[in-house]
Amino acid sequence: MKTENKTYFQHGMRDGCPIALGYFAVAFTLGIAAKNAGLSAVQALVASMLNNASAGEYAGFSLIAAGSTYLETAIMTLVVNARYLLMSCSLSQKLKPETPLRHRMTIAFDVTDEIFGICVAQPGYLNPWYAYGAIAVAIPGWAFGTYFGVIMGNVLPTRVVSALSVGLYGMFLAIIIPPARKNKVIAGLVAAGFAASFLANRLPLLSGMSAGLKTIMLTVALALLAAVLFPTDSVSNEEKKEEVS
Amino acid sequence: MEQNIWIYIFVMAAVSYLIRMTPLALIRREITNKYLRSFLFYVPYATLAVMTFPAIMEATQSPIAGLLALLAGIVLAWKGRSLFQVAVLCCAVVFVVELLPIF
Repeated sequence: MKTENKTYFQHGMRDGCPIALGYFAVAFTLGIAAKNAGLSAVQALVASMLNNASAGEYAGFSLIAAGSTYLETAIMTLVVNARYLLMSCSLSQKLKPETPLRHRMTIAFDVTDEIFGICVAQPGYLNPWYAYGAIAVAIPGWAFGTYFGVIMGNVLPTRVVSALSVGLYGMFLAIIIPPARKNKVIAGLVAAGFAASFLANRLPLLSGMSAGLKTIMLTVALALLAAVLFPTDSVSNEEKKEEVS
Repeated sequence: MEQNIWIYIFVMAAVSYLIRMTPLALIRREITNKYLRSFLFYVPYATLAVMTFPAIMEATQSPIAGLLALLAGIVLAWKGRSLFQVAVLCCAVVFVVELLPIF
């Protein structure tokens, strides 16, 4: 490893530490969901090491619990993790055009909300070793958090498990609410999502549908509606600001 | 039909990786179609909102505790607190509310 790359790796590790701590706590509650879905601690550990996606894994576990088909699980993972497609698109602009394929394929393994966040915040082009440093501490935090969630979920009292199981929803709120404050369309979209999901559980035609399918249909319908009614260029604006600064 | 959990995990991992890898490997220019960009931009908010409510009320022993955790989480997230702080507060609200004898 070149000296320069080593420095970037160390910086990445430093910035990855708070992320790893947060991951551990949140993944713990994900582990409880994994246990409820019938996964062993090792299965949950492997799932978290390979997936690195809170909402995606949560959705996957609930489909496993419901005994859904593999195809349903694949589609659900695709839909819930669709935001990573956008992040990877955006991150591709942050890499030097001549960045080799092996670096692109390695970074891709852990494009999460948080890793993406610190990577795009880097000045200028992203050095892949910075991302690797952050990933090197974030993945163990995430994976072992899930592992211990499965194990400890068993010994903790119901009351504590009940409390911990909303941690994940708290994390979702922390992702969607701050942008909703800045952008009225997102605020409306979040409110519409709450309302539509609430109604879908009660309408006779929709309530019989599996939870996963319902989420897929509502997500696509709402995001499509928002895209047609309020096409946005906010992502490109953010990128332009990055380039200027 | 008995399904194998390892296959589910493999399916999830393969899809997750392909989603992240494909754009990084293939796209070296910006996406220009504004409707596609907008759709991708809105997807996470729609899906996370749909997944959060009313599910948060079903995750707890008492639905009221879940609802209060939702409201507390929204307020703290609105104030721009970190992911970790919001998650901990939601847990704390449920824990305290469920200690109260009325629920």
